[in-house]
Amino acid sequence: MDLSRDLQEQLQAMLSGKQPVAISAGHSKDFYGREIKGEPFSVADHAGVLEYDFRELVITVRSGTSINDLQKVLAENNQMLAFEPPVFSGKDSIGGLLACGLSGPRRPYVGSARDFVLGCTLLNGKAEKLKFGGQVMKNVAGYDVSRLMIGAMGTLGVILDVSLKVLPIPEVEKTLVIEKPLNDALDYINNIDTQRFPVSASAYVDNRLYLRLSGMEKPLETYLKHIKKHIKEDFVEADSSFWQKLKDHQLDFFNTDKTLWRISVPPATGVLGLQGKTLYEWRGAQRWFIADDETHSNGHIANLVKQAGGHATQFRNADRSSEVFNPLPDVLKKYHIKLKQAMDPDGLLNPGRFYSYF
Amino acid sequence: MEKKQLIENLLKFLPSETVLFHDEEIIPYECDGLSAYRQSPIVVLLPKSVEQVQEILSFCHERQVPVVARGAGTGLSGGALPNQQGVLLSLARFNNILDIDLNNQTARVQPGVTNLGISDAVRKHGLYYAPDPSSQIACTIGGNVAENAGGVHCLKYGLTVHNVISVEIITIEGERLTLGSEAFDAAGFDLLALFNGSEGMLGVIVEVTVKLRVIPEQAKVLLAAFDDIEKAGRAVGEIIAAGVIPAGLEMMDKLSIKAAEDFVHANYPLDAEAILLCELDGDQLSVETETGIVQSVLEKAGATEIRVAKNEAERALFWKGRKSAFPAVGRMSPDYYCMDGTIPRSKLPEVLNKMQDMSRTYDLPVANVFHAGDGNLHPLILYDANKPGELKKAESFGADILRLCVNVGGTITGEHGVGVEKIDQMCDQFESPELSQFHAIKAAFDQQGLLNPGKAVPTLHRCAELGAMHVHNGELPFPELDRF
Repeated sequence: MDLSRDLQEQLQAMLSGKQPVAISAGHSKDFYGREIKGEPFSVADHAGVLEYDFRELVITVRSGTSINDLQKVLAENNQMLAFEPPVFSGKDSIGGLLACGLSGPRRPYVGSARDFVLGCTLLNGKAEKLKFGGQVMKNVAGYDVSRLMIGAMGTLGVILDVSLKVLPIPEVEKTLVIEKPLNDALDYINNIDTQRFPVSASAYVDNRLYLRLSGMEKPLETYLKHIKKHIKEDFVEADSSFWQKLKDHQLDFFNTDKTLWRISVPPATGVLGLQGKTLYEWRGAQRWFIADDETHSNGHIANLVKQAGGHATQFRNADRSSEVFNPLPDVLKKYHIKLKQAMDPDGLLNPGRFYSYF
Repeated sequence: MEKKQLIENLLKFLPSETVLFHDEEIIPYECDGLSAYRQSPIVVLLPKSVEQVQEILSFCHERQVPVVARGAGTGLSGGALPNQQGVLLSLARFNNILDIDLNNQTARVQPGVTNLGISDAVRKHGLYYAPDPSSQIACTIGGNVAENAGGVHCLKYGLTVHNVISVEIITIEGERLTLGSEAFDAAGFDLLALFNGSEGMLGVIVEVTVKLRVIPEQAKVLLAAFDDIEKAGRAVGEIIAAGVIPAGLEMMDKLSIKAAEDFVHANYPLDAEAILLCELDGDQLSVETETGIVQSVLEKAGATEIRVAKNEAERALFWKGRKSAFPAVGRMSPDYYCMDGTIPRSKLPEVLNKMQDMSRTYDLPVANVFHAGDGNLHPLILYDANKPGELKKAESFGADILRLCVNVGGTITGEHGVGVEKIDQMCDQFESPELSQFHAIKAAFDQQGLLNPGKAVPTLHRCAELGAMHVHNGELPFPELDRF
């Protein structure tokens, strides 16, 4: 249903009353980011596919569309959102996912959510309806505001609809598992001959290295035989549902009341000296970490990750009244505040959801 | 500021060899690849260190002197056209590769390193940098980021924005900022995405870290000839529909086939109305399988002839024709005007037909080469600048083509940027609240509008005065402005 006019009017009314607005759709990621107080503003009913021609490799959808519905439409044409969006409750909307900027296991091999965004329509902090980018692969007219919206936690505007590049679903996918010590596994993931082996996902948890190969049936069969014959590795084939459970945080690993950290580092970063449980994915570039009791202060974890050239986020079960995202250097902070003012002059869209100061 | 005074002030903190101001020194900088527009700056600066760039920008900020940054000056939209009252800041001396990180498959380079220079430096490790604008031998990576440069492999490997992981920039106030990171993402807003393609309006790039890719085991090229350009256009969609993402998918029309053939003798079929070049890359077995699929798709789509390059030499020859299409067309006509619109692929037949109609109306020939896979058109309008009124005619023809691109859901520029060239067409593509939003974003980084003033985003007054007033559904596009 197209509610863009209603939503614009509703937002106009809320903003003219200088009320802070808390944007939502499926409430599947209410745990994420800082806690805020604001009048609820839901785009959940603004849902549906606006345009889809599978020959174009582009789909345009309203932001309230559930990711599950969207995937279904694409799968009917043997296509997919290649960044494999996580789905936490089943009600997850594409708008919410993009506002959070999250990607799944295929990310290191094909790109992130923002890489697949071609354009969007949004409501800014003056409730103006603006359109940036488009439905074409190449577009350099004007600043790239649509990609700027991805991961901005709704603080720069309300996404109304979005055009995404889609890709064909690989003909075959095979998941391989092998027991390996951690250091060997991290080396292995980064040194695998990707010229020959079409790896589309990698993870390490509970002493096991998981790899997924994707491609066309015949070549893949041949390469699997080659692995078994020539590479002296005891890989066994495993159930591909592992990747869905990983991306949707349904593995036992994620079952915790403690703070779940998302650690983002350059992929070849070795083992960080952290006491606790770690799950590695994305060639080693994304790590989920749960600290042993009171072993590390939040600042200590953030510092250690910073030294490795990365950043750390308290993803779940954080104290959401303080900062949950990595602190920004002062100059960067200044430009975040200025950019926020440029998009939302009165500071009323999701204020404080991302950082306390905007 | 007076020229003499400006130079004196700059020489207080810059070595004399970095400050050029004699006419014969600054003339080479008066235009970029869009040579129809020329302008001398007051002074050209060639700093050697990031600290000098910071000092220059702080100085210009304090004294309100406009600054235009420039890489190799190969841009096609006048993005590096100097400002008459300002400083031209050349990053040409920043031409070192700082670090190649094989484990993380990244290269950290200075902005003046050429696009191809990166691939050349890492080839021995079996790696390359994917975006390949046709000027890759000369264009710099700093300029590539500023323009979000593309090339022939974008459908599969993306644009510059997909292949750059971090940049260091200097703001107009002289501050140094790191955007992005060597991890796969960074904390805060995705300012890296915002800076890609920002045309030097938001900051000056002093360092770039790019993602490297493993050179595919094999690359194969197919050449298909068609007796009808619409059939060729449909074949493009059918290849994608078959689940194949080619590394490159290019189309040339009859006029450009003939031009290329006369120029480089690529053995193109001269009787064809259009040819498609389709490159497939990856591991050997997958490439073989995909080649079979594409061959049968092309047959079904009505190709009159299909050739598969038998070896590397033939593959290079197939590409040589396409890659020399611009200079080849240049030999047919005293001047040509290159457009850069992008359209949804499905609109290709419609747009091609309308373009032929326009060609007749304007009485100017148009040769077409496209990045067909991603719908990026490069119509080349042939004209003679020495004939009175022809440049103007060619420009109106070009503007009509871009308007057509916008009307079918596309964009006025796919990869060349807006610069000064397409600033008026921005009024066709965007409404005034959108343009105002762009100006607000610009002001967040450059309150006084000193970085590359007058480029990329038109003022609302300009759009209104232009008569680019396309009244849509009876709504005036710029109701807040007075009309006279």
